[in-house]
Amino acid sequence: MTWDWGAVRAFLPHFWDGLLVTLEALALGSVISFVLGLVWTLLMRAPTRWVRWPVGAVTEFVRNTPLLVQLFFLFYVLPERGLTFSALTTGVFAIGLHYSTYTMQVYRAGIEAVPAGQWEAALALNLPRRRTWTAVILPQAIRRVVPALGNYVISMLKDTPMLMAITVLEMLGRARLFSQQHFQFTEPLTVIGVAFILVSYLASLLLRALERRLVR
Amino acid sequence: MTTGLWELVLRGVWTTIQLLVYSALLATVVSFAVGMARTHRLWIVRFLAGFYTEVFRGTSALVMIFWVFFVLPPAFGWQLVPMWAGTLALGLTYGAYGSEIVRGALNAVDPAQREGGIALSFTPWQRMRLILLPQAVPEMIPPFSNLLVELLKGTSLVSIMGMGDLAFSGNLVRLALQQSAEIYTYILLIYFVIAFALTRLMRGLEKRLKHGVGTAPGTPSGARAAKKTQTGGVGAAEGGVA
Repeated sequence: MTWDWGAVRAFLPHFWDGLLVTLEALALGSVISFVLGLVWTLLMRAPTRWVRWPVGAVTEFVRNTPLLVQLFFLFYVLPERGLTFSALTTGVFAIGLHYSTYTMQVYRAGIEAVPAGQWEAALALNLPRRRTWTAVILPQAIRRVVPALGNYVISMLKDTPMLMAITVLEMLGRARLFSQQHFQFTEPLTVIGVAFILVSYLASLLLRALERRLVR
Repeated sequence: MTTGLWELVLRGVWTTIQLLVYSALLATVVSFAVGMARTHRLWIVRFLAGFYTEVFRGTSALVMIFWVFFVLPPAFGWQLVPMWAGTLALGLTYGAYGSEIVRGALNAVDPAQREGGIALSFTPWQRMRLILLPQAVPEMIPPFSNLLVELLKGTSLVSIMGMGDLAFSGNLVRLALQQSAEIYTYILLIYFVIAFALTRLMRGLEKRLKHGVGTAPGTPSGARAAKKTQTGGVGAAEGGVA
């Protein structure tokens, strides 16, 4: 086994570019998944089954099929329908959509964990429906679910390399490009492998600190 | 779509299922070995098992697959057949996730059960085999069921390495037909059907295993509640004898 530090040095500039794209995709994907997940949860509480049923079926379908094929679907089908986005935009949307089907379960559990007394108090104070949600239920529910949402952000980080398959040059894409140009596979792949471990470890430390502050 | 193209898809289904079965077997072995090692009495064994879990859970499955395909061959001078390379990468990665499930379930067994084993002077291995595992395994099935669906979704990653699985056959058909919506809808549906079948299978397994230890399925706290009434019953019987 040969290890060439020169190759590592040559790869580093590409690595930083890739890391930036990875983090960008992660941040935007997280935001989409947090918002969409909340939308799904609230729709699943709709009074009519004509809303609950389709939402439940679609999210179940998205959750149980591979993100990679969903990426291909969006990347190739949308342009055929006349909608052209950049690869990164498509990828971010696909990741956000995929993970929103996970975060919706987290939100649901959080909302169900709000004590019944809170609902009754809001009713007794004659709070309007919107205010009950925004001022009483959601602030308590979201505080509870932050750790679980954070775990999904870490999972999302580990799924961002899939964006490489639709030509996004994130960390793995950069590593593959570099390997093919210089015919050195060991160094770039190992560098990004270690980078993933470090980033997800740091993220989990951060999350634990956040958890201590929020959940009492 | 022509019959020839369907044949291609079917061959993809077969490869996906083979890969799923092999990597699920490897992942099960890894999760039990590592998960049990994390409850070992020697700190060095616990540390190594914990290190393994952190490393393989920390990295991405796709990066792992690239590593096994491209770094292992020059580093160690041997190359794996794609099927085994994929099995190795997926089995080791998802095994690390599974080891957390095993560790959690073993720790959730009532400590009195372990103490009972010590009092009866069982060896550590006998305790594990006869007392802890029979009670812990049924509790592991629901999380393992989720992990199995994740693994199924993970198998699609090998298509990036050019292995002819279901996702790869979808790409081939897309190239042949020059249109994507139809074939990718079919591919997604097939994955969904496989995932649905797996979930059902695991639910049946859970029912059988929980029946074996006398708890109802779908109640995570059922085991503890049932155990309490059971021990209460035994205690009452003893009281009656005395």
